[in-house]
Amino acid sequence: MTEAWKQAFTRVPELLAAHVQLSFSALLLAMALCLPLAIWAARTPKVAAVILGFASLIQTIPALALLALFYPVLLGLSALLGGGISALGFLPALLALTLYALLPILRNAVTGLTGVAPAAKQAADGLGMTAAQKLRLVEAPLAAPTIMAGIRTAAVWTIGAATLSTTVGQASLGDLIFAGLQTQNWTLVLTGCFASAGLAIIVDLLLGLIERAIRERRKIIAWGATAVIGIGLAIALLPALGGRGDVVVIGAKGFSEQFILARLIGSRLEKAGYQVRYHDGLGSAVVFQAVAADDIDIYVDYSGTIWTNQMKRTDPVPADDMVREIAKWSASKYGVTMLGALGFENTYAFAVRPEDAASKQLKTLDDLARVSSDFAFGTDLEFLERPEWAMVKAAYPIEFKEARSFNPTFMYPALSSGEVDVISAFSSDGRIAANGFVVLEDGKGAVPSYEAMLLVAPRRSGDDKFVNAIKPLVGAITVENMREANYKVDRETDKQSPRQAARWLDEQLKDGKDQ
Amino acid sequence: MAMNSTPSASGPAISLKSISRHYGAITAVDNVSLEIAAGGFVALVGLSGSGKSTLLKMINRLVDPSAGEVLIADENVEAFDPHVLRRRIGYVFQNIGLFPHMTIARNIAIGLELAGQKNGDRDGRQERVAELLELVELPQEMANRMPHQLSGGQQQRVGVARALATRPGLMLMDEPFGALDPVTRDSLAGQYKALHEKLGLTTIIVTHDMAEALYLADRILVMEDGQIKADATPAELLSGGVGDEAEALVAIPRAQAAHLIALGQTDGRKST
Repeated sequence: MTEAWKQAFTRVPELLAAHVQLSFSALLLAMALCLPLAIWAARTPKVAAVILGFASLIQTIPALALLALFYPVLLGLSALLGGGISALGFLPALLALTLYALLPILRNAVTGLTGVAPAAKQAADGLGMTAAQKLRLVEAPLAAPTIMAGIRTAAVWTIGAATLSTTVGQASLGDLIFAGLQTQNWTLVLTGCFASAGLAIIVDLLLGLIERAIRERRKIIAWGATAVIGIGLAIALLPALGGRGDVVVIGAKGFSEQFILARLIGSRLEKAGYQVRYHDGLGSAVVFQAVAADDIDIYVDYSGTIWTNQMKRTDPVPADDMVREIAKWSASKYGVTMLGALGFENTYAFAVRPEDAASKQLKTLDDLARVSSDFAFGTDLEFLERPEWAMVKAAYPIEFKEARSFNPTFMYPALSSGEVDVISAFSSDGRIAANGFVVLEDGKGAVPSYEAMLLVAPRRSGDDKFVNAIKPLVGAITVENMREANYKVDRETDKQSPRQAARWLDEQLKDGKDQ
Repeated sequence: MAMNSTPSASGPAISLKSISRHYGAITAVDNVSLEIAAGGFVALVGLSGSGKSTLLKMINRLVDPSAGEVLIADENVEAFDPHVLRRRIGYVFQNIGLFPHMTIARNIAIGLELAGQKNGDRDGRQERVAELLELVELPQEMANRMPHQLSGGQQQRVGVARALATRPGLMLMDEPFGALDPVTRDSLAGQYKALHEKLGLTTIIVTHDMAEALYLADRILVMEDGQIKADATPAELLSGGVGDEAEALVAIPRAQAAHLIALGQTDGRKST
């Protein structure tokens, strides 16, 4: 237990710094945008109505959706401007959080400025203040406590919402939460929650202190609290100034196998002398674009996913041909190098409980179609929208009683507990065998092949040291080894971290080579 | 402009030439022409909505006239940027408008601060604040207090001191003592009248209180419906024959005075 906490805490400083950098930048940008707008709005009621309406509208968009929306927007913008804009990581997270921080700052600033006593404004005019002097000497100081309260609200929201930026590949304390959720590592989840909540509470207290000090005109307290915030920021920003050197960014989708393979690749690259960072939890749709845009340097994808999602093909092709065609397509269209297949497949596998398989004589998908009207279907978050599901439905007359989406972590327990009767499992998942689930055969070959393969970003394609460090992984991982490694991370008891599982997997590869 | 006069010099003369102010279909001030002599103490009296406050605000351009022009010491006010013009005119109004986040000293010296006296002149500014506190009969230790720590009467004394800080020749006062209790009001009005004489100011005061106007001013203008209906000295007003509007306003303090005298006589008879 203490070991798990220690492991979780070692990641906190780096992620906390990234979290602070992101939230602070977003807050600063929002303030820079809002304050001039608020001054304009405070003088023109019509402008106030439009601007506040817009900010309120943004607030109704869920933070996660807002983050997701910036990805295509930035991609489009990048294409329009001839590239160079990163659609992943810091930029989309910054923009989404900035938009999210607008409303409280704007609303309070307008309220504060319009709420300045008319007598004070009349006196300012009567004394011969220019508009700028009136703003600086009278309106701004009198509105300051209200404006500060808005900034405080925005700061707390931003720090909370920044945990979601993990999904667009920006490091934050959310990395701990998302990774912990995927691998059922609650220590990791709690660490991420406590760290981000703690940060929000401390910032709230300090900004609250400043707000009160301004209201009560106690300059020493206001400056003292500002200094504490400044020191905290300086500590968080220090690593950013140090320069990153040649850091390799390894991408991973949001499940254990991806985390393990990313660590396996990472350990190989570290041995070759590279500095390595991980972008975990990227969505399938996002991750290929990320490698094509050099936002990540390498990741593992599956042939069927590229075939259907990226190439939009539905024709059945033998596995080897498919891998070869993908390599040709990705190189010519995006400059992405398909380094090779890892040697195992992770396809969609329809799994049922052994009791049902025996009593209802389920062996194939045809058998499943027969009983499907009585069956509840459990899937991961994306399967129902994927073309593979359409292909399966086209090939077999399956019509389920109901369909429910789960985080993959919860899909297997849902099947064993009887909440659902069949799941779209992953064939390399260790929990199929561990639970004794029966995988139904796809006799008609409706589901395409899902060979795991290494995809390398254009800027690393010519890097021989890089390629040579990774090359030994090609064809070296058996599905049995992958399942075992996955199970080490996914099982309920005696869980291992993805890094530990990757180390174990690496040892199996060496054993293989030695024989 | 002669408005930046020394304390002993006389304030400027004011000339209004056919000025009007319309708010949509409503006419607040209707083609008023008026000459005010240098050093005069003029009261604008009338009921609410008679246009007296609007007329006053057109002099320091807090309101711009729809037609006509305003001359101060023979110079058209349009020739100056509004803020430049206003820095040379003292302005005191009913709601006082002290800046709640500034000390009394900074409130009083704000006009000097605006005029560009930098921190190097801080000693000069402090001296001036002390001088002004004395002038409006406030104790020196008020300088470091905040406005909310002062009573209403003290605050308006600060308001007057603030208006006088830049040594304006012209003072515009819009119901300056309207929100104060009668005792404070009476003593403050009396003290201001003395200041007016001592500094040789030109003062225009707006009030709805005829008794106050009769006591303070050497010339009273009665306004109704945006026009000046009567223009007379206090003595002329009291002796009557200057129009019905004026008569109606003078009737009130006169009746009150008569009532008080009658009461006094009754009491006198009782006590003997």
